[in-house]
Parts: sequence; C-alpha cells; structure tokens
Amino acid sequence: MRAALARPQVRDRAGRRRYWTDTARDILLYVIILFFFLPVLWIILTSSRPNIEINARPPVWIPARLDFDSYKILLGMPVPEGAFGMGSQIPFERYAGNSAAIALTSTLCSLILGVLAGYVFARFRFRGKNGVFLSMMLMRAVPGVALSLPLFILFARLGLSDKLAGMIVAYTALNIPFTAWLMDGFFRAIPEELSEAAVIDGCSRWGALVRVDLPLALPGVAASGIFAFLTCWNEFALASVITRTPASRTFPPALYEFTGSFVTDWRGMTAMSVMMLIPSIIFVALVQRQLVQGLASGAMKG
Amino acid sequence: MTAHPLAGDTQTIRARRTGSAESRLLPLALLLPGIAVLLAVIGFPMLYSLYLSFTNYTLTTARSFHFVGLNNYITLLKDPIFWQAFGRTVLFMTLAVNLEFLIGLGIAQLMAKAIRGRGALRTIIMMPMMFAPILVGFMFKWAFNDQVGLVNNILFSLTGRAHIIPWLVDVPLGFIALLVAEIWMSTPFMVIILEAGILSLPVEPFEAAEVDGASGWQKFRMLTLPMVMPFVYTAMAIRSLDLARVYDVVRIMTDGGPGNRTELIWTYVYRLSFSGHNFALGSAMSYVTVIISFLFTWYLFRNVLKSRWEGRQ
Repeated sequence: MRAALARPQVRDRAGRRRYWTDTARDILLYVIILFFFLPVLWIILTSSRPNIEINARPPVWIPARLDFDSYKILLGMPVPEGAFGMGSQIPFERYAGNSAAIALTSTLCSLILGVLAGYVFARFRFRGKNGVFLSMMLMRAVPGVALSLPLFILFARLGLSDKLAGMIVAYTALNIPFTAWLMDGFFRAIPEELSEAAVIDGCSRWGALVRVDLPLALPGVAASGIFAFLTCWNEFALASVITRTPASRTFPPALYEFTGSFVTDWRGMTAMSVMMLIPSIIFVALVQRQLVQGLASGAMKG
Repeated sequence: MTAHPLAGDTQTIRARRTGSAESRLLPLALLLPGIAVLLAVIGFPMLYSLYLSFTNYTLTTARSFHFVGLNNYITLLKDPIFWQAFGRTVLFMTLAVNLEFLIGLGIAQLMAKAIRGRGALRTIIMMPMMFAPILVGFMFKWAFNDQVGLVNNILFSLTGRAHIIPWLVDVPLGFIALLVAEIWMSTPFMVIILEAGILSLPVEPFEAAEVDGASGWQKFRMLTLPMVMPFVYTAMAIRSLDLARVYDVVRIMTDGGPGNRTELIWTYVYRLSFSGHNFALGSAMSYVTVIISFLFTWYLFRNVLKSRWEGRQ
C-alpha cells in the first residue's frame, strides 16, 4: 500500500530501535483487538461449556469440558442422555431459510437499484440532482421503529405482513440509499475518459456502463454488498414487528425465543448466534481487502 | 477527487453532440426504479403515519378513529418523559460518536502501520459489525449482570472480594453500560473508514517530513489528521444518523428502565405504540424526532455535497 511501509532492513542502531518500536506498536494493537474479540470467544465458550458453569458463582474461567450438545439440539440431531435446551422447540432450519432468502434477495435487489442510482449521481448532470440525492439520504434517516408503525398497518392491508416478500421489499428500500451513496463514490473514482472512449468507439451509454464502468467498480459492489447483507441479516426492529410467526421470522427476533419468563437458555442462544455469525464472517473475510481498498479509492472522501 | 479537469465540459459537449433523447432519458430511467421502491416502502408509509398522528388511532379502535387535530402533539409537548428521553438520546449520540471517533482513529492509525497480519486483524476487528445489535444487547446485558456478569466477576477475581455493582439499574451506570455496548459494536466501522482514509494519503509529504526530521507525532498532527478529515467528516455523519436511530441494544439491555431511567427516544416510542397500543401518539413522537433528524441530516449532508460535486476541480 504505502511505500513508506517497505522499510529497508537497516542494520544500524536506529534501525534496530525502529524495529522494536514497531513491534511494541503491533503488540499494543493486538491487545486492543483482543478486547474486540473477547465477546466472540465468550459466545463460543458459552455455547459449548456445561450449563452449570454459565451462571456459576464464583466464576469458572476455564471450562471443565466442551461439547456440542446445544448445536445438536438446535439442528435436531440425536444428543446424549440428559442434554436439554430450548433449542428443541425452535424451527432452526426454517429461520435459517427465511433469513437467507430475505437477506440474499434484498441484497441483490438493492445492489441492482443502488448501483444504477449511484451511476447516475456520478456520471450525469441534471437539474435537481442535489435534491434527489439529499432526499435519498433523508429516507435513510428514518428509523426502523418509526417505519414499523405504518408498515405494520399497511402490510396487514396488503396481505404482506408475515410474508417473505414483504420483508424483502422493506429491506431493499432500507439499503438503496447507502448503496447509491457508496457506488457514487466508487464510480467517480474511475476515470470518466474510459467510458467516453467506449462511447466514441460506438458503444451506447448503457453498454459503457455494463462493459467498462461496472467491471472496474466491482470491489465497490462487493463493499456495498457486505453492508447491505449485514443490515438485512441482523435487522431487528422491523423484523420483530412484521414477522409475527415462524412462517417469515428471521434469526434476530428468533434469538428472543431463548428467553423464558424465568430462565434464559444462554447455551442455546449463543449456539444459534455462532451459526448465525458464520456466513457473515466468511463473507467479510473474503472481501475485506476490496472493502478497504475500495473505500480508500475515494468512495468515502468528501 | 481527481477527475479530469475538463471532465464536466467534455461531458456537456458530448451530450450536445449526441443530442439524443437517450442522454436525457437514461439517467431518469436508471434512477426511477430505486426511487419508486423508496417512495413505496418509506415515503408513503411515512405520509400515512403523519396522517395517523392527527387522529386518535389505537390498535383497539382501528375501525373507528377520527381526527383530533393537534392533540397528540400537545400531549407530547407536555410529556416530560419524552423530552428527557430526547435529551438523553442527544447526549448518548454526542458521547458515542466522539468516543468512537477518538478510539477508532487510534486503532486505524495502528492498523495502517501494522506490519504483520493486517488482513486477519481487519477481519477480527470487523467482528462486532457482524453481530446482530440484538445479540450485542444480550451479550452486554449478561456481561453487566450484577450477580453473575462478566464485569463484576472480573472485579471479583482481581480483588478477591464480591462486588455487586448494579450496572443496569443505577442512573449513571446504566447509561455508561449502554455506551460501552454501543462503542464496542460501532467503533470498527470508524476504524475501517479511517484506515481507508489513512491508506489513501499520498506518500510524498510524509517522505519530505521524514527528511526534515519530523517526529511521529508531528507527522500525525500536521499531515495525517488534516488530510484524513474528509473521511472523518463522512464517517461521523453516517454514525450520527445511525446513533439517532439507536434502539436494539437499549431495548434488550435495559428497555429504558428501570422506571424510564435509561429511556431513549425509540424505546419510548415503541413501548407507547405497541405495548400501550397508542399508535397515534407514537406516530406524532416519531414525526417530531424524524423531522429533527432530517434537519440534522440536511445540515450534515449539505456540507458533504458541497465537497462532492460542486467542488469538483
């Protein structure tokens, strides 16, 4: 990235001192990052340690043993005698299917619509452009709770409440503004001359978008895709109001089902959370470099 | 941006040259589908909720409700809990966004200079972004539990004495616990954007400063910080808007309680609307808050816009 990072291996005293300050700085960074990682470790440990240790006093720091019973219960697999958990009453596959269908479909839809809108903002001049852009951002400022009130009534009238289609449409709308904004930045980072050359060579404007600009903006599409996917996958306020039954319920409101009136099944809840995190982690690990490079190339600047 | 100096002009010239309907209609055609979805799912429902806010609509009188004029707005003006929650939300927003910025900038600076394992570190630091906010709420509710929570347990193990600190019940402590959860969850977003900003800086000024014998702090203060400001501004604008909508984490950790002591605006609106069934009053409160955050958005983005297209050199 930065040329300054490629330090020559200087073998004098200053070079050695520099090596040690760099190492110290990296260690400091690892310690800070550990703080952000601890809760992840906690939910993994809680999901697989004996139930009795979870609320133990004095605290048990190192689990006596680890097992995967809570996962097996959730997945409806046979478990050893004595293993129990609220997971047995939870239609895990159903929720996974709903969450995946809703998140993937609405991410795809908002990417298509948002990319087109972002392209227009980046490459065309027309009257009222600032107004349209600002209105989009205002739409993004509407919180889920405020939107859930009228959407709850309207969806009930349209027969969309508790339907996958309703959630897909709602989440698509939630993600368009931010996608359009990010893509505007990504497209502006691509030299305009490239698509102009294509147009001069006889390509249509639309052809220039599909053949020249879009392939170059793919890291940006990946970055926008991450943000849209994570929003849909994790959204709670709207989902808790609109998905009333397992027919359309997604993971976030389903986490609630592990809380009873007197007890909370932490093992079951954390087991489901871990499984819910896996797709996100894979997705982010795959595109994290494009994400930061894309953002650095200008999407976030001003 | 480093667009070509004449980019704008060539574009206008070409538009005139091709002069076709295509160049005028294409932007409209590309923009329209997105706008239609936004109007249908956000615009229209928000108009409907504006209408409801002037009625006495509740879940039980859904079939026979009528206009009550400004009654709901007068009720909310006189409601001390609403204004306390409002003030608390603004305070929460201000503290969170500034702390996230400071912590995020520190981590981003370290990340940009890290020599080993940057990709892995980046994936790890992004973990909180992958957590559903509701899960963050459950996690920190457990961590701050007075009897078996992680925080009190650590204090117990460190000092050997039992500390039963009622984190989620006490007045400033509850607020602080919420703040910690929010900062843990959202600082990574700041880190990613600011790291991108730091990585995008040109190398030459830093090399020149190196030759002149500038210290690390001087380089950071005089070069990194001013040049990375556009990213800071954007990141803080996005985060402020997100914080104005804060709900999930608070709903799970304290649900505004006990006795409205940690009430933020959206937990209050939700309780009134769905538990108290008073949709109309809830809509009125939503509207007042949304309009204030609209003004705030408009103010923030007007500046962003200025540097976006108009300031295109």
